[in-house]
Amino acid sequence: MIAAPSALDTPLDLALALLGAWVLIGLACLLRPGDARWLCRVMFPAGAAVGAALALLAAVSLQLPAQQQVLPLGLPDLPLHVRRDALTDVFLLLLGACSVGISLFASGYFRRDQGAPPGLVGLQYHLFLASMGFVLLADDAYGFMLAWETMALSSYFLVTTDHRVEATREAGFLYLLIAHVGAIAILLSFGVMQGGSWRFTFDAMRAAQLSPGWAAAAFLLALFGFGAKAGLVPLHVWLPEAHPAAPSPVSALMSGVMLKTALYGMLRVAFDLIGDARWWWGLAPLSMGLFSAVYGVVFAAAQSDMKRLLAYSSIENIGILFTGLGLALVFQGVGMSALATLALLAVLYHALNHAFMKSLLFLASGAVLHATGERNMGRLGGLIHRMPWVAWSALIGALALAGLPPLNGFVSEWLLLQAFLFAPQVPRTFVNMLLPMGAALLVMAAALAAYVMVKFFGVVFLGQPRAASLRDAHDAGPMERLGLWWLAAGCVLLGLLPAQILPALRRVSAALHLGTAAPAAAPWWSLVPLADRQASYSPLVFLASVAAVVSLTILVVRTLYHRRVRRTAAWDCGFGGLTARMQDTAEGFGQPIRHIFQPFFAMRRELPSAFDTAPRYRVWIGDRWWRGLYLPLGGAVRGLANAVAWLQQGRIAVYLLYSFVTLLMLLACVL
Amino acid sequence: MKAIEWFTQVLEVLAALAAAPLFLAWVNQCRAWLSNRSAPSLLQPYRGIRKLFYKDAVLATNASALFRIAPYIVFGTMVLAAAVIPSMGTRLPFTSAADAIALVGLLATARVFLSLAAMDVGTAFGTLGARREMMVGFLAEPALLMVIFVASLICSTTALPAITEHLATESLALYPSLAFTAVAFTMVLLAENARIPVDNPATHLELTMIHEAMLLEYSARHLALMEWAAALKLFNYACIGFALFLPWGVSVGQGPLALIASVPILALKLALAGGGLALIETLSAKLRVFRAPEFLATAFLFAVLGLLVHLLLRA
Amino acid sequence: MHALSLQMLDALAALLLLLSFAMLSQRRIVTLVNLLALQGGVLCAATLLLAWRTHEGHLYLSAALTLALKVIVLPRLLHRLIHRLDVYWDTEPMLNIAGTMLVGLVIVVFAFGLAQPITALASTATRSAIGIAVAVVLLAFLTMITRRKAMSQVVGFLSMENGLFFGAMSATYGMPMIVELGVALDVLVAMLVLGVFFFQIREQFDNLDLHNFESLREDK
Repeated sequence: MIAAPSALDTPLDLALALLGAWVLIGLACLLRPGDARWLCRVMFPAGAAVGAALALLAAVSLQLPAQQQVLPLGLPDLPLHVRRDALTDVFLLLLGACSVGISLFASGYFRRDQGAPPGLVGLQYHLFLASMGFVLLADDAYGFMLAWETMALSSYFLVTTDHRVEATREAGFLYLLIAHVGAIAILLSFGVMQGGSWRFTFDAMRAAQLSPGWAAAAFLLALFGFGAKAGLVPLHVWLPEAHPAAPSPVSALMSGVMLKTALYGMLRVAFDLIGDARWWWGLAPLSMGLFSAVYGVVFAAAQSDMKRLLAYSSIENIGILFTGLGLALVFQGVGMSALATLALLAVLYHALNHAFMKSLLFLASGAVLHATGERNMGRLGGLIHRMPWVAWSALIGALALAGLPPLNGFVSEWLLLQAFLFAPQVPRTFVNMLLPMGAALLVMAAALAAYVMVKFFGVVFLGQPRAASLRDAHDAGPMERLGLWWLAAGCVLLGLLPAQILPALRRVSAALHLGTAAPAAAPWWSLVPLADRQASYSPLVFLASVAAVVSLTILVVRTLYHRRVRRTAAWDCGFGGLTARMQDTAEGFGQPIRHIFQPFFAMRRELPSAFDTAPRYRVWIGDRWWRGLYLPLGGAVRGLANAVAWLQQGRIAVYLLYSFVTLLMLLACVL
Repeated sequence: MKAIEWFTQVLEVLAALAAAPLFLAWVNQCRAWLSNRSAPSLLQPYRGIRKLFYKDAVLATNASALFRIAPYIVFGTMVLAAAVIPSMGTRLPFTSAADAIALVGLLATARVFLSLAAMDVGTAFGTLGARREMMVGFLAEPALLMVIFVASLICSTTALPAITEHLATESLALYPSLAFTAVAFTMVLLAENARIPVDNPATHLELTMIHEAMLLEYSARHLALMEWAAALKLFNYACIGFALFLPWGVSVGQGPLALIASVPILALKLALAGGGLALIETLSAKLRVFRAPEFLATAFLFAVLGLLVHLLLRA
Repeated sequence: MHALSLQMLDALAALLLLLSFAMLSQRRIVTLVNLLALQGGVLCAATLLLAWRTHEGHLYLSAALTLALKVIVLPRLLHRLIHRLDVYWDTEPMLNIAGTMLVGLVIVVFAFGLAQPITALASTATRSAIGIAVAVVLLAFLTMITRRKAMSQVVGFLSMENGLFFGAMSATYGMPMIVELGVALDVLVAMLVLGVFFFQIREQFDNLDLHNFESLREDK
């Protein structure tokens, strides 16, 4: 056992120290628990600085070899093991970089009373950050589960910050419930993976030789457990409830970063801990991922609450991530490790991208919520005039999430599609035909994401304000702007510099035993996925050309003609009286999707009759999984509980009898 | 050779800019003939664009900066798309910046900005058009990408000029999968360019219009750019079609003579495609908007079917 | 076999599949029959091409048989039936078009997967088309399932026969002549019997909607 390090000389020590700093900041918040200014002026900026340091550290140590350590912490004889390798670093980078933007924003956001005392919010927030970091660093099942549970609990308290609202409490409970069902599955998966050695360090799991059946069981348990955390359909129901209920910085953190820790866990288990993956394992995350992608985006298109919309869009992106993970597993299982690396890179890059763009959009929606007190898109609109800073940064996020070049969402989708182009080469009947059709679904999900983002941005920020109160909406404060622009800059940079960032990510493939394929030779500005493939994409040239053409056009038009502009009212087709109510509502914009994907929805509509004097139109969109899976399951659990309840007789003598019988049985077993 | 590649690149873009309104006019002329009307002049679109440039721009009071910049972005993306598509030569310097998937992304960017701009003023028609445009888009885009996917699998590259070069230089080969994708592509072309049976470019009938509804608030130079961009889009789609299904006649780096020869060949292809387009439009009836998803889903399925046929017959 | 002829055969096979899908999505019965005739024509062309390339004499005969029966006689019979029974439109199919096509797509994947081992066993140059033949058969089945009018079901039945014929051709260069003649006769007789049947059905129920058959079920 190694003693406590005397000096902070390795990246691992530094990372641990930074996580410790977050914990300390959290504790320091308690010094002045009722003081929101202390929290906002000092604590959150300090947390952001720690995040920046962590991101920087991870970016540097990405190039260094893996390293592990035993901490003098934990139960007697059960010290905590920690380890960092390239995979850890990528996710630490994600955590650190995103938390900078979110913490900066939070320092502007939490000025207003949110329900819970500010000191507690600060403690939970920073504990949440630190526990996510420790999930990534843990190298044994105890440490991992400890951090995992801390993460679940601290985020639960953050979700229920506004505990005065009943819906929030319910959402928090649902979240906690599913998080724990998932945690049990993960625990069981670790139990299987130790393979009879009864040592729960990850090293022991790597060394354990599992029979194919047990290995598959471990894999499926992990998929269930991490899938529940990530929000893979059908384990997604907590996501659209918890995300809108939480304060926006917390939603951003949960959606942008916490969901990725589940992805991290899945990658760690599937590629590292179990080791020799069978190719058909990949089909499970692949098909679930594709289904989640389409399902999530279809539901996102039908939402009218902007945070629910974003939550469903997170389900879509988690779907894309798991699709890529499944594809990488399939490729690896059939021995095409270069392609597995390509798919894996797409997954990692998309994880980074999604962390930035989804956090950005959640923060933007938080700013809108802050300024207007309204989450329902049906009462928003025209905010680009009142909140230009928020609107333009949200536009970047929306375009990125819609997967449009030259922003970052496009890069990872491009990489994943390039990987899918090789799927027909998988030497398995049926699979080689079904996989390319998966690409078709993926593309459809991406195109629908554009639909969703046009809806989100168009309804919230464009058009005329749908409520009079929006006229005095205020723009975000300076700290909030800083947070938004940090994340927006991340989206742009990740979009423009994939050729610089991806080679660094390639080290992960070695960490996950995928071998090291030599990167393709390409000029520095151009992204080339595989050497023997004539496909390249160069976002820098792309952006430069668009900018050049656009500015040239403006120049030519202005010099050759004129630049006269007259302002007048919008054209009302000669009827007069164009009101804001004539625009599409959020429901209206989702109507084609509701029509086309009708079987997906549990829908209830209330239509006005022709003679109503005050006609009302209402539509409820429900999730079929609730009635199809969760309610029957809940009913079954309740039935079972009732059946067991007869044990509770209320008479001491009977209880004593139970103890007596138990004692007798134990004695019989022992003797 | 480097110089001629750059020359080809510039020539293609300029040709697209110049010829796109002409192609649109040609389609309109054919449609007029086919329905026994007297046809407008071939120069009509140019006159329209010129007139619009001289007019004063009228903006709604609540139009934001997005509304003003959108025409330039839409126009710019269409010009850039013309640079990616090999209409005359396949050796294009810009190829390495954007492959066929990026091209689809480029077209999607134009669509998103067009829709956002349509929603900006907040009129009933604008949002209606934007919603319908995005509805068409989310079905047409995957179909187009699947079409490109099949060609990419055949040629094992996603760079459009390389695909064209592969298909054009190969000894005569029939690809049944391309027959399927050609059907799908034609349907996508009709839908994406607001042609009958999905949209009618000639009317402003509120129940059915898509593209025109989005442009209602635009005037003068902004409208001119939007109209020009629409013409460019049609031209680009036609050229994508040639690149995938009629690749013969483009210059594959044989030098200036082949490049010169490719110009009349392109003109011939365009003339034929315009006639064919007009014929399809004349023969078909406008679909109800509700039927449009069905039409596009069929296109998507044909593209996927092409993929399957390719996988089976090449395996 | 010459590479180009092989490619042309593949193209014809793909055309058969395309026509099957067109039939699947077609609502008008007249067009459905025309598509069937077209399918017969494509089949005839494929048989001729194969006969020319493999020098199998009997294939010329079966091409002639296909032409006579499937392109000329049966479609004309069907057209006359349609005219006399006055059924030009099928009612709305049970599943919408896009849904049917989606199911069709899944069926094609299944058929292709099914055909891969057969393809590996067969020794003919045309073996890659076997999957398409299986797909055509299954798609025709699907056409029959999703339609309500008896007429469309007959067309589906005939299209299924086309698929079988094409499958035999591509797997073994055609069935023995005697079998082919027998099948052709069977189809013709079946067609005539069905024709008589239609009139009977219509007299009984006043139309050709197969929903009416549900009333024949014994009530529990």
